[in-house]
Amino acid sequence: MSGQRIVVDPITRIEGHLRVEVVVDENNVVKEAYSGSTLWRGIEVIVKGRDPRDAGFMTQRICGVCTFSHYRAGIEAVENALGIVPPLNAKLTRTLMNAALFLHDHPVHFYQLHALDFVDVVSALSADPKKASEEAFKYCDTPYACGADQLKLVQDKVKKFVEKGNLGPFANAYWGHSTYKFTPEQNLIALSHYLECLRLQRTIAQAMAVFGAKQPHPQSLTVGGVTCVMDLQSPARLGEYMVKFQEMADFVNRAYWPDLVMAAKAYANEPSVVNDVGTPNLLTYQDFQIGANEYLFDGGYILNCDISKVFEVDESKITEEATRSWYKNNSPLHPYDGDTTPNYTGFKDAKTLNAKGEMEDTKVFDIDGKYSWIKAPRYDSLPMQVGPLANIVVNYVKGNKNVVPVVDKFLAETGLPVSAVLSTLGRTACRMIEAKIIADNTLKALNNLIENLKIDDSTCAKYQIDPTKEYKGRFIGNVPRGMLSHWCRIKNGVIENWQAVVPSTWNASPKDAKGQMGSYEACLIGLKIADLKQPLEIIRKIHSYDPCIACAVHVMDTKGNELSSYKVNPNLI
Amino acid sequence: MVDNHNVTTIQNRLSELAKLPKMKSNSSIMEVLNEHGFTRRDFMKWAGAMTALMALPASFAPMVAQAAELSDRLPVIWLHMAECTGCSESLLRSDTPTIDSLIFDYISLEYHETVMAASGWQAEENLEQAIEKYKGKYVLMVEGGIPDGDSAFYLTVGPKGTTGREHAIHASDNALAIFAIGTCSSFGGIQAAAPNPTNAQPLHKITNKPVINVPGCPPSEKNIVGNVLNFLLFGTLPALDVYNRPKWAYGLRIHDLCERRGRFDAGEFVQEFGDEGAKKGYCLYKVGCKGPYTFNNCSRERFNQHTSWPIQAGHGCIGCSEPDFWDQMGPFEVPLGDRLYNTVFDGLGADAISDKIGIGVLAITGVAVAAHALIATATKEKE
Repeated sequence: MSGQRIVVDPITRIEGHLRVEVVVDENNVVKEAYSGSTLWRGIEVIVKGRDPRDAGFMTQRICGVCTFSHYRAGIEAVENALGIVPPLNAKLTRTLMNAALFLHDHPVHFYQLHALDFVDVVSALSADPKKASEEAFKYCDTPYACGADQLKLVQDKVKKFVEKGNLGPFANAYWGHSTYKFTPEQNLIALSHYLECLRLQRTIAQAMAVFGAKQPHPQSLTVGGVTCVMDLQSPARLGEYMVKFQEMADFVNRAYWPDLVMAAKAYANEPSVVNDVGTPNLLTYQDFQIGANEYLFDGGYILNCDISKVFEVDESKITEEATRSWYKNNSPLHPYDGDTTPNYTGFKDAKTLNAKGEMEDTKVFDIDGKYSWIKAPRYDSLPMQVGPLANIVVNYVKGNKNVVPVVDKFLAETGLPVSAVLSTLGRTACRMIEAKIIADNTLKALNNLIENLKIDDSTCAKYQIDPTKEYKGRFIGNVPRGMLSHWCRIKNGVIENWQAVVPSTWNASPKDAKGQMGSYEACLIGLKIADLKQPLEIIRKIHSYDPCIACAVHVMDTKGNELSSYKVNPNLI
Repeated sequence: MVDNHNVTTIQNRLSELAKLPKMKSNSSIMEVLNEHGFTRRDFMKWAGAMTALMALPASFAPMVAQAAELSDRLPVIWLHMAECTGCSESLLRSDTPTIDSLIFDYISLEYHETVMAASGWQAEENLEQAIEKYKGKYVLMVEGGIPDGDSAFYLTVGPKGTTGREHAIHASDNALAIFAIGTCSSFGGIQAAAPNPTNAQPLHKITNKPVINVPGCPPSEKNIVGNVLNFLLFGTLPALDVYNRPKWAYGLRIHDLCERRGRFDAGEFVQEFGDEGAKKGYCLYKVGCKGPYTFNNCSRERFNQHTSWPIQAGHGCIGCSEPDFWDQMGPFEVPLGDRLYNTVFDGLGADAISDKIGIGVLAITGVAVAAHALIATATKEKE
């Protein structure tokens, strides 16, 4: 049926509230795609007028999945504005917490959120556990939790669960869909790791809490440094971090890596996950400090997937616009000079195809007008894709010594060419590659921290905020979902303006004034959907970006807007 | 000495539950634990721990165990409103071995957008079917604040563009019990902080039905599990304080059981982060700790399997389980001592017992805490 509109809302197994709509032709091939967020919270408006030392705690609450990213960004943007350089101990402690975030976020994304797009749970029930165990040894010499006895246990457990007939969170999914490619044995291996990951995510969260007090929402960063000086001075605590970190690192090497090799082989010829890079411009930023002057990842960008040339990032070229977003001002503005007020124009009424294959009254995007709470960030007026794919490819092309051997190893084990990485499958694989590089290098940062603690016990830099001065500063870095920047102005001793340009904002961006799509939309064009009632291929693609929609939605400073702002009583500062 | 009337009530409640048809066979906590190689003895230990955690007399332990065995009859619907998913994440960090993954099984999670496999139309269908099938029998847990009034459309979910507010009301109307999980659904949270651009409201202002508040940003998952059991045992709301927080979890101030309380009493304070006092574990009141004004069990339970909590990590408490804490407790790194006549929560924050309201009491406590900090420091410096 030509011009058929398909609505997918809510997209589940992501953070936040996301709707995707596509229009397909008579062959069920996607001709148009629209991605939009359906929630706005306005945190940047709320930060206005507050004590700059509080900003990090508030920006942290943008997201509980990226729980450390916006906390660090909020604190470091203020440090940058005030010209504060935290002591090396503080910087390396932040790196250790960040490493624990990556090793939580990436495996949990793959197993708990994304795996069900590749793994058919029901098919695993007919696997032969012995054969499955033999299969596991094809991808790893010492596979994780893949003995025949262990796999049988997993299978029995899931069998019991399914036989009860109440599938709970697994109900009404797309089991048996024609684009599931794993054999029953491969599904069983992945299922075993799904359960192991549930256990280990607790352990790696503890690793963050050793220095961070708790996870989610740690509470040991302060403008100038970190507060966990007693934990840093305790060898028992350092050891606790080390052991817990290694437990997850071991899982990354013996489960996450082989599973992605297995997936790359099984799905290499599945059209819905290859040759679909999305936005072909890849952007990333230097981050992950592991020594006094050493970073794990470099920054840069690539245009049109041309891997012969990497450009350096010029932060003055970042803008955001709102032509198709529910805000008043449409013009592209630099994050320091944002100007926006909400302007919700709502949905339109239309009939679309429901799960039963009937036409049903629904609300649909106003595709000629505004349709999302997410703005459109652009670099030098071009859309960019950010995330592990961008980070790994840019660093590979730059010849980064931490990245090249790992990528080469993956390509050798899967037999895939470099070009195959530029795809949905590649996005998912690069997330794992990034996790492995962090798993294998973080203890360098711990060693450097211990060496430094021998000669230096400082954890906080001293500073003053002069209420008569104006300051501006920013954080730019690379977090689990890609390049993140926070931009702030401070005036009269309080926050004057705050702006976050978030990875999921880049990727989930709606169209801009020129009609250029963001990466979510771009990678859906040309996709053939096997069954319009079960849009698994759409969900699989969108999940490959690890969407974080609470992060993606935010508003710029509202110049001339009626919203009153929070006032700190100057007597209390 | 256990109140016999209570015991009778609970036992009646449990036998009523036992009469309900099983939603699925062989999936109570006990049975699931068995499947995982846990013995009856391990299970009773866990029940004992939960009993202690809920501050119930030890003789209640068998009933806790019985309640847990029956709890598979509790379908749970979890809604995401204006939130950050931190509370869902917290739920995944359970601190009793393997109990967190079992939570999904024994409470039969019918709808939870972060973990459920289905999307779109199929997800919406799951929600409707669960509400219909388990009408009046499911527990509703809501995460996030709820945009209200003219701003209700700041959150829509589903193919029909239904507002979060409508979802919350519909799910609340048919629920057996309602928990507001986290500070956002309990009190509005970050999005409701001034100037509240989306007019975000707590759940209890959206529904007419009683709501149990389980605040915290995020709350510990123990507080969630304990509350479900508490509901099972009593068949009514657990004993609540003035903010509808269960007393067993939110009955004491952070300050009361703080590991640095001795430092406070001795007048030893961190003056600024990273100083000598910070290295020695001095009290954090002067760098803004809100422990004296905050009711929660962090100082007993800590987070992430007792790994740590903010004060152990050298940062003061920010008061995250108190109403309007974003506006009332900030600046977070400045003491509240000089706010005596502009008190937190108009005098509801720092009274000695959380269910007694008294501005007089608060003022005295406030003055006492601040004056103590001042005098003790002066005395210390003389020594």
